[in-house]
Parts: sequence; structure tokens; C-alpha cells
Amino acid sequence: MSDFLFELGLEEIPARMIAGAEAELGRRVNDLLTRERLLTEDAALSTYSTPRRLAVLAEGVRSRQEDSEEQLTGPSWKVAFKDGAPTSAAEAFAKKAGVAVADLEKIATPKGEYVGANVKRLGRSAAEILASDLPKEVFAIYWAKNMYWRAGKPERMVRPVRWVVALLDSEIVPLEIAGIAAGRASRGHRVLHGEAPVAVEAASAYVDTLRAASVVVSVAERRHIIRKALDAATRAVAGARWREDEPLVETVVHLTEWPSVILGNFEAKYLELPEEVLVTVMRDHQKYFAVEGANGKLAACFLAVLNTKVDGEGAAIIRHGNARVLRARFKDARFFWDFDQKTPLTARVESLKSVTFQKELGSYAWKTEQNLAVARVLAATVKAGSVAFDEAALLKAVELAKTDLTTGLVKEFTELQGIIGGLYARAQGLGERVALAIYEQYTPASMEEEIPPSIEGQLLGIADRIQTIVAMFGIGNAPTGSKDPFALRRAANAIVKILAESDLPLTLSDVLAASGADGANRDQVVTFLRERLHFYLKDIYNFAYDVVNAVLAADSDDVRGAIARAEALRAVRGSEDFAAISVAFKRIKNIVRQAAEKGFVIGSATRIQLAPEAQRLAEASASLAPQVARLREQRAYADALALIATLRPVVDTFFDKVLVLDPDEKIRGAHLGLIDEVFRNFSGIADFSEIVTP
Amino acid sequence: MPVIQTASTKSPLTFQDLLFRLQSFWAERGCVLQQPYDVEVGAGTMAPETFLRVLGPKPYKVGYAQPSRRPADGRYGENPNRLFKHTQFQLILKPPPKNVQELYLESLEAMGIDLRQHDLKFEEDNWEWPAGGAWGVGWQVMLDGLEITQFTYFQQCGGMDLDPICAELTYGMERIAQFLQDVDSIYDIVWARDPETGAAATYGDVRLEEELQFSVYNFEYADVPRLWEHFNSYEAEAQALLHQAGALMADEKASAADKKRFPLLATYELALKCSNLFNLLDARGAISVTERVGVIGRIRNLAVGVAKAYAVQQEAG
Repeated sequence: MSDFLFELGLEEIPARMIAGAEAELGRRVNDLLTRERLLTEDAALSTYSTPRRLAVLAEGVRSRQEDSEEQLTGPSWKVAFKDGAPTSAAEAFAKKAGVAVADLEKIATPKGEYVGANVKRLGRSAAEILASDLPKEVFAIYWAKNMYWRAGKPERMVRPVRWVVALLDSEIVPLEIAGIAAGRASRGHRVLHGEAPVAVEAASAYVDTLRAASVVVSVAERRHIIRKALDAATRAVAGARWREDEPLVETVVHLTEWPSVILGNFEAKYLELPEEVLVTVMRDHQKYFAVEGANGKLAACFLAVLNTKVDGEGAAIIRHGNARVLRARFKDARFFWDFDQKTPLTARVESLKSVTFQKELGSYAWKTEQNLAVARVLAATVKAGSVAFDEAALLKAVELAKTDLTTGLVKEFTELQGIIGGLYARAQGLGERVALAIYEQYTPASMEEEIPPSIEGQLLGIADRIQTIVAMFGIGNAPTGSKDPFALRRAANAIVKILAESDLPLTLSDVLAASGADGANRDQVVTFLRERLHFYLKDIYNFAYDVVNAVLAADSDDVRGAIARAEALRAVRGSEDFAAISVAFKRIKNIVRQAAEKGFVIGSATRIQLAPEAQRLAEASASLAPQVARLREQRAYADALALIATLRPVVDTFFDKVLVLDPDEKIRGAHLGLIDEVFRNFSGIADFSEIVTP
Repeated sequence: MPVIQTASTKSPLTFQDLLFRLQSFWAERGCVLQQPYDVEVGAGTMAPETFLRVLGPKPYKVGYAQPSRRPADGRYGENPNRLFKHTQFQLILKPPPKNVQELYLESLEAMGIDLRQHDLKFEEDNWEWPAGGAWGVGWQVMLDGLEITQFTYFQQCGGMDLDPICAELTYGMERIAQFLQDVDSIYDIVWARDPETGAAATYGDVRLEEELQFSVYNFEYADVPRLWEHFNSYEAEAQALLHQAGALMADEKASAADKKRFPLLATYELALKCSNLFNLLDARGAISVTERVGVIGRIRNLAVGVAKAYAVQQEAG
């Protein structure tokens, strides 16, 4: 039993790509060893990575495959042996199988007698297999962006390969990657260890050998070190804590081989800048963690994760350098903040004419006009639904929503568009509702984010997004497959989420009507919005697909209604009565379809004497229908469904006793009319025929 | 007894000392030291010593300090961290040696940066110049949170795959000087120091006036219609030359000598003129976002056109 170590030494890999590549390397090595029967039952596989390396350590690897035996079948015995003497066919087969002609055997098969050869296959050594097959696996690892580096362009990878370590216990596995022969020489930390090679004596010594060269190869360990160090550094400030930021932790984990943390300060005067700006500068531009005081407000400090060891003097130098960079950036931000204020948002509307929204469509001035038109109609609909909000504030917010695109601060921090506009609106005294709506216009940016709390913000967000969707579809920019360059799906998801989680009295068709879409454009957008609603119910609410289909087949316009109906349906769909109803409705649908295909007339059940079972169904349907309709109007969907389930005995009896497609045309017509009516009376909450039944 | 200088008592290198050190370092490693290109460029990459030399198979190692103009970045000399014209030390290693990163780190030490006292990271940063059909992958090198170098493995130039590729190191000299001299304003950088008197000439002494006047020109005085005239006129001449170059390079009867003497280098200068005029027009706010793509496309036609013709010319004879 051996341990196998493989380390691929690269120039610094982009942090965002490391975790995926590390996992993929582990998977590929595991698959290769499994495929080649080289893993013992209690084998264990660990993966490692730093910016400069990917590594995998497999413990419990067989040093060679077990020998195996296999029987090969050759030509028929008659062809191979003439009068007991081997023919050239026998000789050729023996040669191919690698056995002596004398060792060929006669084997009986259903098709007759054939020549057989028992071939012993010697297991190949692990070293041999790894040397021949592992390089292919390494080059198959996915990277978001590759490069060439050697002349003649023989291979591509994320960054140049600089060394390779491949050891089975202490023996070098003779493999080669990108012209580099594997050895035992790894590299340590660039600065703390220097350039001298680090000899890994045995595979199992990998982690400790690298640690001695100031490299922590375990990602989990570095994450732990960083979190502890952030905690420890923050304790220097009474009552403070660092702002949790998991993506940032992951980034710095993948930027370091020997992490440590320093706490630095900046002048308190910069705290006058909006927190959003400060945090963006620290997090996005400098990869620093923000610190908050006991009151939850930002403290005038930052935490930088270093890729080195620091003593007191070293820390002072590095802290000083980092603080200067941050100060310069804050100074810049403050310059823009002050400078931008000289031209208030209200004076920037005109300059939106020179900011392109979309080449084929127009500028942001055009976009603003369009948004205003949409918002006015939405506002009227919402007012008619007696939901109170500040219409003037909404229209003001729509008018000014995009003006922050002309500010220096947004040009510098594009990720803060909307937020900056809101902050300026507040600072310029445009009213809290206006400011808030502008601030919130791009939320939710994802399905995890909350919707805007203010109605004005919700309406601005809907108006802006539906306008974009309709206009983009109009010029042929609808998403296709995995391509959605204008993030229209995200925009539509946000509309659905706002309608689902707000109290706005708006349906999807209200939203579409406000957008002014018509003709084929409208049809396309309707389909698109329905798809997003489907996605929302299925993937965000986790409703079963048949429940979603059933509910949306009944109605796909009222988002909150669809959710409530789906919830009610999910609750009852398991019951026996309900399953029977679903079966019956499927049957109705089929019969009605067949009848239509055969050209049968659907008649009326009212003026004809029917069998008692049919009469009873007609009566039950007639008496339940108004009750169900009332409950549906009251959105008491669960009660409505319970009532519908009580139809089961009469429905079942009807189908047991009555021949629906009666030879008599009148009776058949009456039957068809009856079941069609039943279907229509009770499919308003969901089309039960869509429900999958056991 | 000789005076022993320690790291902490030694005064930091002046701006020009840094350039000397960097140039000597790379000269000692076999690089050609070039002077800055004498036509306006936005970055060292655009000088022909990079843009054209990276094409084709011939190995080349060159370094030069390139004043790089970005008219829109001018701040009238009032912003301590932004300049209309900054200095890039541009280095091309074609093909890149295997230890190019280690050499780079040595070059930092040559400028007096003791890496053991600092935090160094190579963070992903890919570079592209769409108008030149050029891109590469690489890093921004961060020293104590400050980006001091753009390190790029050039992959394509003029829309053509490079083989061999080259490493391009672009040192931001003002930033490095600010860092080493520990000054908050670029204008406080000591550019030179008189060894006799110890008197310092600062970056502000040398360049502040230029920053102010060019900001005024770029933002206020540059005559937009005339800039367009210049642009169109340079473009027309470059196009005419490219047209002739195309015919000549495709002509099987033309001699290698005829092809070799065709002035593609001059054509490229005309393209650079257009690029600078575009930047000026942009700073004047004279290019709408809609026009932008179109004008960049016109510059791209020139730059990529020259690169393609140049690649053919290099193969001639």
C-alpha cells in the first residue's frame, strides 16, 4: 500500500478559480485510481491548494493492479485446426493473444466450437498508469480563462506550470507536464522561504514539509487561521467586531500561502462619507474587512489580510502602506462626493441625453421618459386598488433615478449606482420617499435579496425593469439558452419577486399593460414572464412541477394568488380523495379531447332525462360550483379544494356506471356537456388533470 | 571610520534614481534600453517597441520609460494622486524566461524594496486594448495594498495570436516613488537631489505646470472641430498608406526589398496620432457614447491593419 502525492506548481492562479480546480483535480485523480483498480477500500483522498499550487494526496493506493485472467475467443475450431494441425488462423490468434499455439483450447459455445486462449494480464504498476494517464487529466481541468506560454503553443492552462511533484511514497513517478518532469522539488513561500527548492521526501510528509517552508497548503486551515486572526486583531478595538463577509474571506484564503492580519486606521473625518462608499472601497477595491463599533456603525479602522508573517516593526510598515492607499482612495471618493453635490440631481436630467442606454433604443433621457410613462399607468392601477403611496414622490424618483450615472462617484464605483443616487437625493433634501425609491431601485439584485420596503421603490423597480424587458425584446435582444447578456431574466425574476412579496394590487398583465407592449412583442413577453413565474414557484418556492403546472394552467397572471393556490394544492394533493379527483379530471380531459377529434357535439345536460348517476353528478356540480366560486373569491383555496374533494363519490360512480360516449347522439352530447361543465366549474384554482397520480 | 548607512537612515531613492536602477537592472540582464517613443501614446504598450515588436517569432528584450498621456485623467495638478501624464517603465521579454516572476521580484529589490518587510500579492488582472486587437492575462502586483505593476502575458496583438508570447511588465513609476518616499502627494516626490547641496527638485517643480496647462487645454481650449479635422486627416493618410501596403504585400512580383522599405512604421505613427486625438476629443466631452464605438472601430482598423501588414512584411525575404 502506498501514498500518492501530486502537486502542480503554477504561477499565481486567479483566486476565484482555485476552489473549483482543486475539487476537480481531486475528482479526476480519484476517478483515475478507481477506474484502474488502484484504490484500496480504506483509501483516503485529500486535496490542497494555494495560489501557486494544486495538490492531491491519496493514501491507500495499490502499488500495482492485481493480475487478472481473461478468456479470449478466436476463430472457429474448424478453421483453426485442419486435421489436428494448426492453420495460419490459429497461429495468428495465438500471436495476438500472446500465448503458444499449444496452449489454445477448444471451447464450446452455442454457435459451435471455437478456439479459446486463457490470457493472464499482469497488473500494471501504479507508477506506470499515473505517468501515462495523469497528465491528460490535469490538462482536462476546466479554467475560466486559459493562456499559452511556451513557443509553438503546445498547451494551454490558466497560468504557466513551473514545477511538478509526483511521488508514490518516496519514489518519483516519472510523469511530465508541459515539458516539466515531475520530481520531489516543491517551492515554499516566495518571500518567507525564498526560491530554494523544497524537497518533499515522501508523499505523506507533504503538508509538514510545506509548512516548514511557510506554506499552509490546507484551504480549511488557512480559512481558520484568517478568521481567528481577524477576531484577534479586532479585539484591539473595544467592543468592535469585523463585518462578516464570506465571499471576501474566500478570496483572501485563495490569495495567501501564509496568512496574517493587521488592523489599520483611517482618519475619522472620512466616516462622514456614506458607509456604502467606505465599505465598497475597502471590500471591492482593497479587499479589506470593515470594522464596526458596539453601536453597529463603522469604526475608523480596517483589517487587511497579508500573505506574510509580521512582527511589530513589519506590521507598522505594512499598516502604514495600506493605510496610505486607503486614505488616497477615500480622499478621491470625498472629492467626488463634494464635487458631485455642486450639480444637484435635478440639474442632471438634461445631461442624461448623452448617456446611452442602448444604441438602438436611445439615451437614458429616453429611458427616463419611457419609465415615467410606465410608472404613471402603474400608479393609476395601484391607486384604483386603494393602496396608499406618494405618487408625486414616485414620479420624482423615476425622473431622477438614472441621474447618478452622470456623477463622478458612480463613474468611480459603478457597483453603487442607484445607492449613490439615493444618498445624493437625501443630501439634497429631495424628500425621504424620493431618496429611498432611488436608493432601492436595483433591489432585489438576486433572489436572496429583500424587495424594496417602500411602495415607491417597488413601483420604480417594476417600471424600470418591465420597460427594459419590453424594449429589449422589441429589438431582438431576448435571452436565448444560456445567453442573457442584458440580464433580462434577472430583471423579470425581480418583478415576479416584488409582486409576490409586496402588497401591490398588480397582476402580470397590469404590469404589461403599463409597459404599453402590444402585438407579437407582448405575446413574447407574456410567455417570458410566465416562464419566470414558473421558475419562481418551482425553484424558489420548491413546489413540485405538477403542482406548478396545474396552478399556472388555471391562471398565471396573479402572482400572489398563484402562490396561495399552489400552497393549498400542495397540502391536499396527497389525499386519496384528491388523487381520485385528479384521475377523474384527467379522464374528462381525454374524453372531451377524443370527442372533439371525432367531431362529437357537446350538448347540454339540462333538458334530457339522464341516468341517475349522471343526474346526481349534475346536481352535485350545480350545488358545489357557487360555493367553490365564493371560497375562491375569498382566496380560501384550501376550503375550496376540500369541498371539491367531496365530489369524489359521485364522480367515481358516474364513471363506473355511465357510458359517457353513448351511441345515442343526444345522450352522448348531454354527457359531454355535463363533464365539460364539471371541469370548468372546478378548474379555477388549478387544472387537476396536470397532477401526477400514482 | 567610514560612515555606515543602514536601511533606515539612508534617504530613499529619487524618482530618477529609481529609473536608473530599474534600467541598469534590466540592461544587466540583456535588455535593449530604448528612449521613450516621441509620439503621444496612452500607454507604453502602444509604442511600436511593444506593439509591433511582439509580432512574429524574433526574440526581443526591451525596456523604456514611457510618458503616457490620458487627457481625461488630468486634474489641473490639484489631485494628489491623479495625472494627465504619468510614467510607465515598460518592459518586454519575448519569449518570457521561466523565472520571469523571480526576475521581476529582484528588480523590485534593486529599487530598494525589501520584500521581507512588505506584503506582496499577485492578483488576477487581465489586460486588453480593444483598439489594438491586443489582450493578455496576468496580474496586478500589489505591494502593501498598492498596485505597483501590471504584469501581463501578451496573448494576442493586432488580432493575431502571438508565438512566442511575451511578458510585459509595466511599472507605475510615480506610485512606486510615492510608496518608497512615503509621500501623500505625487507632487512631493523628490525627482532629483543635488549631491552637493542636498537641494531637491520635486515632481511638482518639474511637472506641475505641465499638468495644469494641459488640463486647461484638454478640457477647455482644445478646438473640437479642428481636432476632428486632424483626426480625419491623419486617418485618411493612414488609410491610403494601408491600402498601398495591402496591394504591395499581396503582390507576388514585388521584391522583398520593395516590401521591406514600405513605411509601415510611419503609418503606425499616424494611427497613434488618431488615438491621441480620440482621447482629447473624449476629454472635451465631444464624443457621445453612441459615437464612441464607431470611432474606436476606426482606430482599430488602422492599428490592426498596420499590425497585420507588418507581420507580412517581417516574413518578406
